[in-house]
Amino acid sequence: MSALEIVGLNKSFSGFRVINDVNLFVEVGERRLIIGPNGAGKTTLFNIITGEIQPDAGTILLNGQNITNIPVQKRSHLGLTRTYQIITLFPNDSLLKNISLSLLALSSLRWSPFVALDVRNDIKLQALEVLDQVGLKRLADRPLNQTSYGEQRRVEIAMALAQRPKIILLDEPFAGLSIEERTQIRELLVSIPEEVTIVMIDHDMEVALEFAEKITVMHFGEVVVEGSRAEVVEHPKTREIYLGE
Amino acid sequence: MRERCLIIVTLMSLVSLPLWMGSDYYINIASQILIWAIFALALNVLVGWSGLVSLGHAGLFGMACYTGAWLLEAGWGHFTAVLGAFAMTILVSAIFGALSLRTRGIGFIMITLAISQILWGIAYRWIGLTNGDNGIIISARPTPFGIEMDTPGVFYIFTLIVFLLTMLIMAIFYQSPFGVSLRGTRDQSRRMSALGFNVWLIRFFAILFSGFFSGVAGLLFLYYHQYVSPHVLSLLNSAEVLLMVISGGTGTLLGPVVGAGLVVVIKNVASAYIERWNMLLGVIFVAIVIFMPEGLVPGTQRLFRWVFSRIKSIGAAIKSEAS
Repeated sequence: MSALEIVGLNKSFSGFRVINDVNLFVEVGERRLIIGPNGAGKTTLFNIITGEIQPDAGTILLNGQNITNIPVQKRSHLGLTRTYQIITLFPNDSLLKNISLSLLALSSLRWSPFVALDVRNDIKLQALEVLDQVGLKRLADRPLNQTSYGEQRRVEIAMALAQRPKIILLDEPFAGLSIEERTQIRELLVSIPEEVTIVMIDHDMEVALEFAEKITVMHFGEVVVEGSRAEVVEHPKTREIYLGE
Repeated sequence: MRERCLIIVTLMSLVSLPLWMGSDYYINIASQILIWAIFALALNVLVGWSGLVSLGHAGLFGMACYTGAWLLEAGWGHFTAVLGAFAMTILVSAIFGALSLRTRGIGFIMITLAISQILWGIAYRWIGLTNGDNGIIISARPTPFGIEMDTPGVFYIFTLIVFLLTMLIMAIFYQSPFGVSLRGTRDQSRRMSALGFNVWLIRFFAILFSGFFSGVAGLLFLYYHQYVSPHVLSLLNSAEVLLMVISGGTGTLLGPVVGAGLVVVIKNVASAYIERWNMLLGVIFVAIVIFMPEGLVPGTQRLFRWVFSRIKSIGAAIKSEAS
């Protein structure tokens, strides 16, 4: 059984086909990279997988369960989490509060209106543990808007990890980072337990290719090449798309 | 420690107000401030913590007034009237929520405004039900534990108790997991959905919570005036309470209270001396928007921080010069 199975996915915006009969099979524990030029439909594909956009046709299975029509907020309860290309966090709250929100999302405690969150030591300890995992424990009480861009990227990933997901969708986790920060993120991604499936979009071929086991190339909403690193790099279609050969 | 002392002094001043205020007129003004403060705190749950601006909250406030008045007029006791008023306010809040949460921003404002205008129209025109512009008079205030609330001092203390309870519940709610989640939906609704929060349901419950406290304020208003007319449902009331929240500082606990104090004092006290008091209110709001756009409470805090940092730096400069 695949961790993620996408069959015959289609999506159009005002008659313009942005996802065209996409089929994708990602095995449990696999590190999959999705590449392609701007406008290839990579982020739209992520948005459809997470439920933020409804497909026109096709089926999405998560660990064998059909999630095509399941609301967005229920998918994370099934073990699907994501990060965003543009950092989407809570800038005025501390790092600890950001991670606590992520933990709270899967807890029934989130409906409680008459207990102070700060007194819930279990949530706090779990959040500190996650921050420690991404090397940000020392900044736990600092407001997010007083941290660097690279640290915010790590918080994005920490929020996804906090939910102990089965599958993580990473949307350009290396975007806008310095060389040192890229190394830190790469080390962080490598440290993610093997049983967690990772699907990643990125433009940084060097770092991303090193990380991924299997690569999918998208172009104009279609999957044009799929295979191992060597297969994809050598494929004439890839060279045509990236080098214009 | 300093904060605790300040809270104790404020509480003692508020409790002893009927003793040192002297005039019944000013004790009544204090009661009105507290009633409007509860209403502003209720609206602040939406405006400040949910990012949903309602221009129809007088609809919820007014429904509590009218339901209480109808039940009392029909011969039911105060207990039933209060319970009935809360039930009706929550029901109307649910309708508000179900209709208005289909949209956000300007659409949300327009739907809330439209619903409250429908309620105002019914109150104004359905004379058989509401007695139209003449309104409904209730004969007596309740007597909890046998205590008569006919004097301004006793009614003020009763209102103060309800106000303090409201503040306490709001403070706990603000820090609760639900309060944190609600503010999350205000700041990053997309992320909140992706994390697993049901954004629509969180906002819906926030509207019910806000509606309940609007009902509390409405009932106090009914008992204070012992009279209700279509004016309570008017756009003017919705706009005034919104101005209280914005002028005091949205999202803060103290802001709506300060905003309520400002508006009620200018409406009732300044209007005795200045004929064009609305103009004065307008000038004050313009000044707040220009000089303290975040509201009076956060603006004053900012000002104090700036003054203290200036004093500190001057002190440090003098010290270094002397050494």
